[in-house]
Amino acid sequence: MKIVACIKRVPTTDAQAKITPDGKGLDAAGFQYMTSFYDEIAVEQAIRTKEALGGDVTVLTVGPTEASKEVRECIAKGADGGVILTDATWTGRDARATAKVLAAQLAAMGAEVAFFGKVATDRDNGAVGPMTATYLGWACVTDVVELELGADGGTAKRETESGVETVAFSLPAVLTCDKGLNEPRYAGLKGIMAAKKKPLEEVAFEDVPNQAQVARLELPAARAEGRIVGQGADAVPALIDALRNEAKVL
Amino acid sequence: MTTTLVFVEHNDGTCRRAALECLGAAASLGGDVVAVLCGPGSADAAARAGAHGAAKAVVLAGGDAFSPDAVAKDIAAVAQDLGATAFLAAATSRGKDLAPRVAAHLDSVLFSDCTALSNEGGALHATRPWLAGKAIAHCTSDGPVFCATTRVNSFPVNETGGAAEVSERPASTDGKVKVTGLAAKESGKLDVAEAPVVVSGGRGLKDPETFAILDELAAAFGNAAVGASRAVVDAGWRPHSEQVGQTGKVVSPNLYIAVGISGAIQHVAGMKTSGTIVAINKDADAPIFKLADYGIVGDALEVVPALTEAIKAVKAQG
Ligand SMILES: Cc1cc2nc3c(=O)[nH]c(=O)nc-3n(C[C@H](O)[C@H](O)[C@H](O)COP(=O)(O)OP(=O)(O)OC[C@H]3O[C@@H](n4cnc5c(N)ncnc54)[C@H](O)[C@@H]3O)c2cc1C
Ligand SMILES: Nc1ncnc2c1ncn2[C@@H]1O[C@H](COP(=O)(O)O)[C@@H](O)[C@H]1O
Repeated sequence: MKIVACIKRVPTTDAQAKITPDGKGLDAAGFQYMTSFYDEIAVEQAIRTKEALGGDVTVLTVGPTEASKEVRECIAKGADGGVILTDATWTGRDARATAKVLAAQLAAMGAEVAFFGKVATDRDNGAVGPMTATYLGWACVTDVVELELGADGGTAKRETESGVETVAFSLPAVLTCDKGLNEPRYAGLKGIMAAKKKPLEEVAFEDVPNQAQVARLELPAARAEGRIVGQGADAVPALIDALRNEAKVL
Repeated sequence: MTTTLVFVEHNDGTCRRAALECLGAAASLGGDVVAVLCGPGSADAAARAGAHGAAKAVVLAGGDAFSPDAVAKDIAAVAQDLGATAFLAAATSRGKDLAPRVAAHLDSVLFSDCTALSNEGGALHATRPWLAGKAIAHCTSDGPVFCATTRVNSFPVNETGGAAEVSERPASTDGKVKVTGLAAKESGKLDVAEAPVVVSGGRGLKDPETFAILDELAAAFGNAAVGASRAVVDAGWRPHSEQVGQTGKVVSPNLYIAVGISGAIQHVAGMKTSGTIVAINKDADAPIFKLADYGIVGDALEVVPALTEAIKAVKAQG
């Protein structure tokens, strides 16, 4: 089976936001980067799929050349190669543009199943997976927490507010991975050494202009300063009073 | 003139509160609001949508099992037929699953999880978090249709008392994905992302057994859900569906009570837009107190039972 895991290089979750002087961007000075949290789950599921059904796994990203570090780290866990779709002027793309670029690449690669993260922890879109599937005309299940996959399709479980849904789907498919689907493995030394010899292609691509425009970016308003109402169980009446008469939430 | 199509999610005719909020969000764009609904009970839900600001409602009739790709295609066709300038859905599991597909059919970008929407002289603006709310982006779109999902508990429910003109349209049945079952939650159990009150616990609750004092506190409120920090989810005390934070759920209840939670940046990202925040922690220097409106320094195992009794007394008074 031709298996692809789509990953995004994002700032680490402890990054502090600073706004650029034009008020429209994030100041990247001081950022460190990682493979987005859920994308590690996608990579793990891709490797498990290969182990169960055979085939090969490609790690795919649209991003700057520097993303080769994250792609190599993912390959080291047991993927067969990587592709970085990159251009000289990489500044990030909106969800639609990213999905269009990924859809064209997945079609060109002859992918049969593509694992995505449920959301990338930078722009928090949670949109690229299902948008890519829609552009391709593929099946898509989002927020997968359990998966049974065969040669032609499978069933997946997803957690909703009302309970756990069971969803049947056909291949080719995009599956977006939620926490709980698996525990990502660590790359061993052998994997890290092997990854150095595996193919990592940088491919230029046809640009898709963004539709989303940032009018302005700001830091969230600081919350009004709070107060300690007291110590221990004796402070409960003071808390109740504040919740009823000040905050008016009781 | 804007025409906004709103996906109104309902369970057998009962509209989700988040869907009514989404109709409220549509009102902030001005112009006409049209609801689109699917599934059993849609006629009843359409009437509710009318009473909350929809001038028209389109019901996707028929269709066997729920099929998100088929429904998305149908919604996009409705948007196109109407000449809709905007499409909105609530950022629930279903809305987050459908909206990107609808947006792709309309070849339009999607603004996810918006906390505010506005119409500034005909230009539609979306306000949405980046980096789990560490920055707030105000965005516009050059695309054909302005597509957005609205964050739960961020928009008002407007009871307008109007009536929607309802029409039907046959639903497609050629989906590649079909929902074949739902293991429903215990009835009456509120989801942490939707509940107006959330009581969350962390490692300070000691062990899974003592954690249960939060179930009692939630029960005393009646309209509360239990949340958890990642530390206790990873330790297996609580299910992942209850985790609040950057890699859990982002919640924005009217009242958030953090018990025995230190206030790590990834946890805070998931709850800092809550209306009122209360922290109970034995360490007066815990970072959560910097965020809290009201704090009690003390042992959770003593404070929580006392709080539960006090809430019961308040509720008994009505
Ligand atoms: C990539 C990544 C993603 C993450 N995502 C999330 C996420 O989504 N959500 C999340 O929550 N975390 C997340 N984390 C983890 C986060 O960094 C913290 O480790 C976690 O939130 C800590 O949980 P805690 O507050 O329960 O535990 P601790 O930090 O151990 O805090 C326990 C608190 O309990 C207090 N305490 C102890 N005993 C008592 C008592 N008897 N009574 C009252 N108070 C007491 C202590 O003073 C302390 O403040 C993430 C981390 C990473 C690296
Ligand atoms: N630039 C990118 N390159 C490859 N995959 C991406 C990219 N952006 C997003 N994705 C995938 O789409 C998922 C959801 O991203 P998003 O819709 O931006 O939250 C991510 O978890 C990745 O799997």
